[in-house]
Amino acid sequence: MSSKPLTHSDKSLTIPARFDQLRRAGAFVSDMAAAAGFEGLQLNRIELAVDEACSNIIQHAYAHRPDGKIHIRVQAERGRRIVITLIDTGEPFDPEAVPVHNPEASLDDLKVGGLGLFLIRQTMDDVQFEFNVPGLGWGQPKRFNRLTMIKYL
Amino acid sequence: MPGYNTNVMEIEVKSLKKVDVIAVSGRVDSSNAANFEDALKTSLARGRHNLVLDFSRLDYMSSAGLRSMLAALKTARQGGGNVVIAQPTERIVDTLKLVGFQSLFSQYGDVLEAVDSF
Repeated sequence: MSSKPLTHSDKSLTIPARFDQLRRAGAFVSDMAAAAGFEGLQLNRIELAVDEACSNIIQHAYAHRPDGKIHIRVQAERGRRIVITLIDTGEPFDPEAVPVHNPEASLDDLKVGGLGLFLIRQTMDDVQFEFNVPGLGWGQPKRFNRLTMIKYL
Repeated sequence: MPGYNTNVMEIEVKSLKKVDVIAVSGRVDSSNAANFEDALKTSLARGRHNLVLDFSRLDYMSSAGLRSMLAALKTARQGGGNVVIAQPTERIVDTLKLVGFQSLFSQYGDVLEAVDSF
């Protein structure tokens, strides 16, 4: 290993779409984020976004289908930003159809849904959902869903 | 390196005179939030509507755990009780703030203070 700090790193991890993999996914992205220069609570926030996004895919896109996979790609640009891309081949969903959590609602008015998506949007600077993206061949799936999350330092 | 296959969480429930103290340590995420929710529901089902959540050793909580807390708070308030938090770690305070829960759950510096609030 060179002692010279990397300015850009690009790594991928594919996990089975199971809840017991959430910690592994979070740790993988957190380590990359730390190397990019994120620290403290920012790391907690990045881990939360990845956890919530993966949980949604496991629960909704794959509905706990045992052969489901999540491909996680992290591009870390040291001192600048982290780009996290999650790819799955499960069912698309409409993020607009999810009730929006209102952090100022009273207890009586609070709905139980929407917390995960809210956390993703709160903790990341840029969030983009794409569904049914056509693959380009080369062993790629025919169609996939892609979530891109970007956070700047 | 410890395996990432198990998401470690421990729960300990202590029944005091007026209050159940539920200490949760480690991580609460979608893989184990059901256990956390079971502990909350068990106390509430026994008519114990005053709950202190001891978060002094809780490192991480995702929306799965937050949802369980919200459900417990609703039940507790309906029963004339409350759910409060003792000694949350910095990460947990941050998570609670992100979703606006700091206005729903009172936070205390330690378990004793939280118990005395009832």
